[in-house]
Amino acid sequence: MDVLVPLVVAVPLVAAAALTAMGQFLGRRVDDLTGIAAAAATTVVSTMLLLRSLDHDLVYWFGGWTPRHGIALGIAFDVDPLSAGIAALAGALMTASFVFAWRYFDEVGTLFHVLMLVFLAAMNGFALSGDLFNMFVFFELMSVCAFALVGYAIEQRAPLQGAINFAATNTVGALLLLFGIGLVYGRTGALNLAQIGRALDGRPPDGLLVVAFALLLTGFLVKAGAVPFHFWLSDAYAAAPIPVCAVLSGVMSDLGLHAVARIYWPSFSGVFAADAGSLRAILVGSGVLTALVGGTMAFFQRDLKRLLAFVTIGHVGIFLAGIGLLTARALAGTTLYVLADGFVKGGLFLAVGILLRRARDGDELRLRGQGGVAPMAGVAFLLGGLGLAGLPPFGTFPGSALIIRSANDVGYGWLPPLLAAASILTAGTVLRAGARIFLGVGDADDPSLSHEPPAAEEEPEHVPGRVSPPLLFGPALALMVVGLGLAFTPGLAGRATQWAQRFEDRPAHTAEVLRGVAPRPARPPAFHPGAAPYVYGAISTVGAVGFAFFGLYRRRLPALVRRVPGRLTAGPAAQLKALHSGVVGDYVAWLTFGAAALGCLLALTVR
Amino acid sequence: MSYLPYALAVWILAVGLYGVVRSRNLIHLVVCLTVAQSSTYVLLLSIGYVNRGTAPIFADVPKGTRAVDPVVQALTLTDVVVSVTVAALLLALAIQAQRHADTTDPDELAEMHG
Repeated sequence: MDVLVPLVVAVPLVAAAALTAMGQFLGRRVDDLTGIAAAAATTVVSTMLLLRSLDHDLVYWFGGWTPRHGIALGIAFDVDPLSAGIAALAGALMTASFVFAWRYFDEVGTLFHVLMLVFLAAMNGFALSGDLFNMFVFFELMSVCAFALVGYAIEQRAPLQGAINFAATNTVGALLLLFGIGLVYGRTGALNLAQIGRALDGRPPDGLLVVAFALLLTGFLVKAGAVPFHFWLSDAYAAAPIPVCAVLSGVMSDLGLHAVARIYWPSFSGVFAADAGSLRAILVGSGVLTALVGGTMAFFQRDLKRLLAFVTIGHVGIFLAGIGLLTARALAGTTLYVLADGFVKGGLFLAVGILLRRARDGDELRLRGQGGVAPMAGVAFLLGGLGLAGLPPFGTFPGSALIIRSANDVGYGWLPPLLAAASILTAGTVLRAGARIFLGVGDADDPSLSHEPPAAEEEPEHVPGRVSPPLLFGPALALMVVGLGLAFTPGLAGRATQWAQRFEDRPAHTAEVLRGVAPRPARPPAFHPGAAPYVYGAISTVGAVGFAFFGLYRRRLPALVRRVPGRLTAGPAAQLKALHSGVVGDYVAWLTFGAAALGCLLALTVR
Repeated sequence: MSYLPYALAVWILAVGLYGVVRSRNLIHLVVCLTVAQSSTYVLLLSIGYVNRGTAPIFADVPKGTRAVDPVVQALTLTDVVVSVTVAALLLALAIQAQRHADTTDPDELAEMHG
């Protein structure tokens, strides 16, 4: 057993405990340094775990409670390269956020650092846990930290609304998740994921199992922010402090989706094997819906944080469709996409933070032409927009290439154009905002965008200057460079496919976890993207630039071209916006409806 | 073992969710959320229940005594802790809402929308 495994949770927890005990006696900078050091150390440990798990999983049984006669007694962490990669992403984003917070906050209490570190520990634990109930505990720990962090600026209205909507909706999601866990335990008598899979082996799926699986899916999709569970996300991310936003958007949303893959493959892929086709249709369908709703709503925003929140929802949809394809190649592609995209979204949020700090505003229209105070943020916006579009061969390109090829393999040839359309919507909107702010182009007013957000009050007083301090733009640009450069790791697509194949090979995985049988060594399959992904990448990049121009100069189009489509889309757009009412009761009603719809769809299609 | 405890759990869940959806007061909303959460306690405990089983403490009892499942009891205990944490946090937010926004109505608090 590898002693490094528990460190990814223990290091940030111990640092948080030490800060709680001693933070009030030490200065603010000691808090900052402790946070940076603990997050950086955790990132290093996660990366080492990734490198050590290349050929076989690292299964760590807490307290030495290893399985007896193939039956899991204890609680396990199950480290595979894909999960370790996501844990490393969480650590890296947290490190960048701590560095950014150094200059971003004028005043911040020790509690902020403590909450961030516990949040990091919970995310790592959630990503690596191989036990259903342990996943729930880390899910809740992650949630509670995130609720408190979103509501950090408690004396303002928006964070209050964001935190309350976030907390109430996610608590309902978590209790549905626990309901599902209870049903699964009642049926199988097991909580270990591999053990559940073995107990369900060879049985036909029945009503109880369908309900349990629907409830588990609902719980994780609430956290991910898939339509119609996504309403809380835009309120919470728009209200959270920027360093928190970067982590929430960059990794927490994607953890929910990772959990879907993590429960499906070891536990449910056997019992639902005959129904994989209908499950694929449901997951890909809701992914496409999420991607298009997120992209469309992003277009209608002028508050930059809320805009990026909807961009996050749009990309969650792309990832859900990718995971939902239920192939090794698509899972590998989604994970690579999540990693690159997480860095890019984190960098974009930090760029908005620079604007909030230097120009004291986060509103696209009011900031028009004001970007000169922080030119580096403009560079980050340009890179981020191109990264979100999937410009070949940078950033998200290998991931999207794997997803595109996999979609064609399973006969979902219609999926890549829709995903390209979704990334045109999100990337085009980001480029539009960047061009309006930093180049001062486009109309000064656009009535179709959502109401004017209140002026930023995050920073009460500071001395404006022309040059951004390096501690502000350094982390933003570093995240961009890492995110865009990740694509150049040699052989990454092939290796990731091999890891995903190992992840999805249920009998071998069960034997490895419960009996310690090492998997057979495999050679990574070669992957040549071919021409299609380059074509899609080029189309979505050019399309994003075109869509940005459309967003900027839409009102100058000739009336003939403008009037009829405008009249046709105005009604549905207003209705879609009205659904995002900001009232928590509506959100929980949608959540209940979504859970019921998911359950009915599964019940109708599973034989 | 009858189906009654499971039906009860679903009923409590439905009632709690209905309360959350219809709530016009944050304190009321937190209470409804706690009600909905208690449905999971009922579900978990009824899953682990064994007819005429004793408490799962295996000191001073003969070997092979029927006992209820201790795992679900541990799960329930964890869940109680979690729900109290969330309820405390939400109540703190409700107090801040009253203090700074002068309302505990989620509808009036909804500043961001669309």
